[in-house]
Amino acid sequence: MNISDIKHWLKKNLFSNWYYSLISLFIFYLLLITLPPFLDWALIKATFIGNSKTDCQPGGACWVFIKVWFEKLIYGFYPEKEIWRVNLAFLILISTVTLAFFVKSKFKIYILFFLIFIFPLIGFTLINGGFGLERVETRVWGGLTLTFILTFFGIIVAFPLGVLLALGRRSELPIFRFFSILFIEFWRGIPLLTVIFAAAIMFPIFLPANSNVDKLLRVAIGISIFEATYVAEVVRGGLQSLPKGQYEAAKSLGMGYWKMNFLIILPQAIKTVIPGITNTFIALFKDTPLIILVGLLEILGMINLAKSNSYWLGLATEGYVFVAIIFFVFSFSLSKYTQSLEKKYNTEKQ
Amino acid sequence: MKKIKINSFAVLAFVVTFIFTTFNANANQTRENVIKRGSLNCGVSQGVPGFSNADASGKWAGIDVDLCRAVAAAVLGDANKVKYSPLSAKDRFEVLKAGDIDVLARNTTWTLSRDGGLAVDFVGTNFYDGQGFMIRKAANINSAKKLNNVKVCVETGTTTELNLRDYFKQQKLKYEPVAFTKADEAVAAYDAGRCDVYTTDKSGLAANRTKLKNPADHLILPETISKEPLGPVVRGNDENWANIVRWTLNVMIEAEEYGITQANIDSLKSTEDPAIKRLLGLEGETGKNLSLANTWSYNIIKQVGNYAESYNANVGPKTPVGLARGQNASWRNGGLLYAPPVR
Repeated sequence: MNISDIKHWLKKNLFSNWYYSLISLFIFYLLLITLPPFLDWALIKATFIGNSKTDCQPGGACWVFIKVWFEKLIYGFYPEKEIWRVNLAFLILISTVTLAFFVKSKFKIYILFFLIFIFPLIGFTLINGGFGLERVETRVWGGLTLTFILTFFGIIVAFPLGVLLALGRRSELPIFRFFSILFIEFWRGIPLLTVIFAAAIMFPIFLPANSNVDKLLRVAIGISIFEATYVAEVVRGGLQSLPKGQYEAAKSLGMGYWKMNFLIILPQAIKTVIPGITNTFIALFKDTPLIILVGLLEILGMINLAKSNSYWLGLATEGYVFVAIIFFVFSFSLSKYTQSLEKKYNTEKQ
Repeated sequence: MKKIKINSFAVLAFVVTFIFTTFNANANQTRENVIKRGSLNCGVSQGVPGFSNADASGKWAGIDVDLCRAVAAAVLGDANKVKYSPLSAKDRFEVLKAGDIDVLARNTTWTLSRDGGLAVDFVGTNFYDGQGFMIRKAANINSAKKLNNVKVCVETGTTTELNLRDYFKQQKLKYEPVAFTKADEAVAAYDAGRCDVYTTDKSGLAANRTKLKNPADHLILPETISKEPLGPVVRGNDENWANIVRWTLNVMIEAEEYGITQANIDSLKSTEDPAIKRLLGLEGETGKNLSLANTWSYNIIKQVGNYAESYNANVGPKTPVGLARGQNASWRNGGLLYAPPVR
């Protein structure tokens, strides 16, 4: 690319007329006054080497804080010698998802089956213990691991439940329809914080004292049901966007209710609402820090704990910047991944 | 239709009775449950410097944590058999009442409405906190009575804000509050010079001072304008357990009074002093009244230490929190700590 090309590009994209030029200049100005001080703080004056707060230079970021606490931020209080189990579970998850990109489409259904039905059992056994593995109580689960566990659990429960609720809401049988509407409107009508608090604190009061349903499980189910109702409404949008002819065509081929929905209606409906579903799942991912309220410390909770250690006081900014980067990277990846799905299944408009 | 209704009522009645009987069966059994479980479940904070905090290896420390460890030493003979639940200020009492934890040691202020209204028992005070002021040394003010026409950084929606208003009204002094929702914001604003004074509980003042650019330039004024006695809490339906936690704290305080420390406790075994002998479990039957082994108090001091040791290791002048003993000194040294006799 030579200079005239650059000039041309600049003129076309940034300075094509006077008000575009003004906006461009304003944005440049904003970047100029915010970016250099931030980079100065985050990189140039920052301290990366050391083991304690005293190693950090004043004026710059103290990334030593993140380095020293890294293991706790990722794994919470999970016992150190068992951490390989968490790693193995995530390795299996990541390699299966990656594998899905490379295999032929007829095998993909098996991968999906594995992810939804088999992997949760493997992952749970690995992280929780059993079958010869030492049991690790959910009380010590934490950090980014807990964030992922909650998000994954939320997605695999909320998605099918949401689809069923959406079908229920459009069902011709009044009982199903009425129940679905009631269920969706109830759960959508209360704040997530209330759901979490009720699941963790109120629910056990109504149970006999010794019947111990795990607190994390209660909270995870609460979050999943809450998100499922959002998925249901998104999917309902997709169902309503389909022309009536699709239903009639399926019926005229002699298909029953389930066959019609699973082979004809849902594949088309879900395809159109991928952005909405992604939205819900990213919201779910970003809502997980709320569980700090009931004493479960995911990554943000661990940062809060770390920054109030007597020997690490005053490093809140570093902690929050780190968490922001983590959340951004994963939300952005999820959004990119689903965009690729969208393109792939966008069959009509090619 | 009618029949179904009756059935569901019967089920409801059964469930309710079931719940109440199980709850009643659970009263007065905390000690047995802890022994059966082999570990103590202790509710702590989600990070308050010097009170309850984890380090990067996951080990908990703090004066509240030491209390948990002392109770475990007394009941189970091993201070390390504690499982910590980091609780938020909002769910701490509910978690205690639901039975998920046995002791709540989470810098909780003892007030009438909580003690009387919540079906929980406060069993003592392990830290006398109170609101104070921090100011720049350059301002040349050494008493809160001389604060006039100052801007004060404070957190909104807390009793701190109300105490501040009351104090200035009583003293007939003028001030201008600058309110923030988070402690970190208030501290940053004070450091940036937006206020002359920063106010919060004294334990918080000391911890927040370390976050400032030049901690040595700032002074904590001697006055304490509110009472914030912080102490351990247990469920209200278990007297034996309340006694165990209460007297665990008393043993730590009394051990300081008699000069018994983690280091010298074994060399004191040959002492003639009956009060020390009782604390070492060599005389009397102190354990019997609590349904514990007579070595309970020895285990507390040997494994956790006396109150002064715990204080100095976690919040004392040599730690980053850097708090002088002040009103948390033993009554013999002019402080408020006074334990009824362990006998």
